[in-house]
Amino acid sequence: MQGTPRILVKGAGVAGMTAAVTLAKRGGRVTLYDPGGRVGAGASWMAGGMLAPWCEAESAPEDVTAQSVASVDWWAAHVPDVVRAGSLVLAPPRDVGEVARFGRRTSHFQTVDGEQIADLEPDLAGRFHKGLFFAEEGHVDPRKALVALLESLKTMGGQAIFNEADEPDAAGFDWVVDCTGLNVRKALPALRGVRGEMLLLRCPDVALHRPVRMLHPRIPIYIVPRADHVFMVGATMIESENAGGMTVRSITELLNAAWVLHPAFAEAEILEMGTGVRPSFPDNMPRVIQDGRTVYVNGMYRHGFLLSPTRAQEAADIVFGTAG
Amino acid sequence: MSRHFYGTELTSPLMLGTAQYPSPEILGDAVRAAQPGVVTVSLRRESAGERAGQAFWSLIKDLGVPVLPNTAGCHTVKEAVTTAHMAREVFGTDWVKLEVIGELDTLQPDVFGLVEAARILSDDGFKVFPYTTEDLVVAERLLAAGCEVLMPWGAPIGSGKGLNNIFGLRALRAHFPDVPLVVDAGIGVPSHATQALELGYDAVLINTAVAKAGDPAIMAEAFRLAVQAGALARKADPMEERDMAVPSTPLIGKAMLA
Repeated sequence: MQGTPRILVKGAGVAGMTAAVTLAKRGGRVTLYDPGGRVGAGASWMAGGMLAPWCEAESAPEDVTAQSVASVDWWAAHVPDVVRAGSLVLAPPRDVGEVARFGRRTSHFQTVDGEQIADLEPDLAGRFHKGLFFAEEGHVDPRKALVALLESLKTMGGQAIFNEADEPDAAGFDWVVDCTGLNVRKALPALRGVRGEMLLLRCPDVALHRPVRMLHPRIPIYIVPRADHVFMVGATMIESENAGGMTVRSITELLNAAWVLHPAFAEAEILEMGTGVRPSFPDNMPRVIQDGRTVYVNGMYRHGFLLSPTRAQEAADIVFGTAG
Repeated sequence: MSRHFYGTELTSPLMLGTAQYPSPEILGDAVRAAQPGVVTVSLRRESAGERAGQAFWSLIKDLGVPVLPNTAGCHTVKEAVTTAHMAREVFGTDWVKLEVIGELDTLQPDVFGLVEAARILSDDGFKVFPYTTEDLVVAERLLAAGCEVLMPWGAPIGSGKGLNNIFGLRALRAHFPDVPLVVDAGIGVPSHATQALELGYDAVLINTAVAKAGDPAIMAEAFRLAVQAGALARKADPMEERDMAVPSTPLIGKAMLA
């Protein structure tokens, strides 16, 4: 292609923002468009932000790990406040067998006993006696990260449009990179939505330094620390596209898990209850699909923050003619 | 041994649940490897909101295996009946696996609510597959309510403990020689499924054991072979076991009077 490609990136969720920044960095003239009024108007806003290639391997295909190992580095290079303190996998006493099962399905961890757990997370001293510690993993606050990517895009000369009235005409661009999730079902009929629910709690009595996954045979839940004693508790996985409010059952399950992790959560303030619908393909793996001058980046499922940097590169390789 | 359920012959004594797989694609792989007679699907939770589970249900329908919808997650008669009606509409079948859960931790059936819901649904033309315990009296009541199949648990749902009460399951088989019986819940490994078939059960229902295996498709194949082995063993009429700890027949050359 001659000159600087003009690229319209549609969708300002994690797929769109990583694509926009990657494309701008490689020399594209990027216009970002999302009628949602801001970055992260969709499911990305509800994400956990765990950068956990090896924890995800427990239930995801091996590709997820292979394609996401570099993801922690990507985020650390592009947004502030990426925490690289690893992640911890724990189970209440009755389900401690789940810890060994989890370990058999993955790698890059060390088995930790009660004392080591207390060293890592002093607030959990005496509460858990066996767990797994994944030292190389990290986490990020998804909302801050998306806002930071928008700033970075603007710094590189990119333009962002968040009003439906100002929708850019695709004809004025060399490429359209479409990251609009379930909005493009007609073009990508294999897409489905998977509902997820999360809570934000503020609990001044508890300090955690890294995401903690609580194993349970039916209700696996994770708790991700944010700044200022805020904790994100998530997330349900329901084969439903209902984006309506959280159910009592889901709230109860998430709160119970928090309580089991530390009883001080009983006094936590509930800041937010959130629901998102994750765009997903049948194999639950994100895809980059080219159709003429349109490149779809879609199907992030629960792997948006983990896999979007890789998918953004693939999309950029198509746009810049360097795809392998 | 009959694979006839409400007049329909199943191609396999394996019934496979569709919940908790890592992805719909892996579920599809598992179904192809298991070659089950039916797949079960849950509507209760997925139903939140009008038809919000349609995309997933379409994937289930596309598997090309008869669908047995279930009322998993229902705790009251009313919920179970409503869910059964929705299932009939969504899947176009009057078969329903009826679950009325009585206890949250063990997911033990509420047999009282179960009998009541079974009667309501049977009267309404449903062909009910009730998830029950091995209790003989409850079984009688379910049959009286219109059920023509019984699905006693092997152990609590998702526990993987296998057949916890062999005596009770034998008794149920012996009391109802002509009723199709399915061991539902608690099966953890293929040998448990084989054992159920050897006991004369007509089918087994598996979900967690396959869905939560490291490789669901391989485990699905193991279960396909296991139910085959159990069914063949039953057909072949197994030998009786003998208790050598009880002295009886004198050994040749060694007179025994004990």
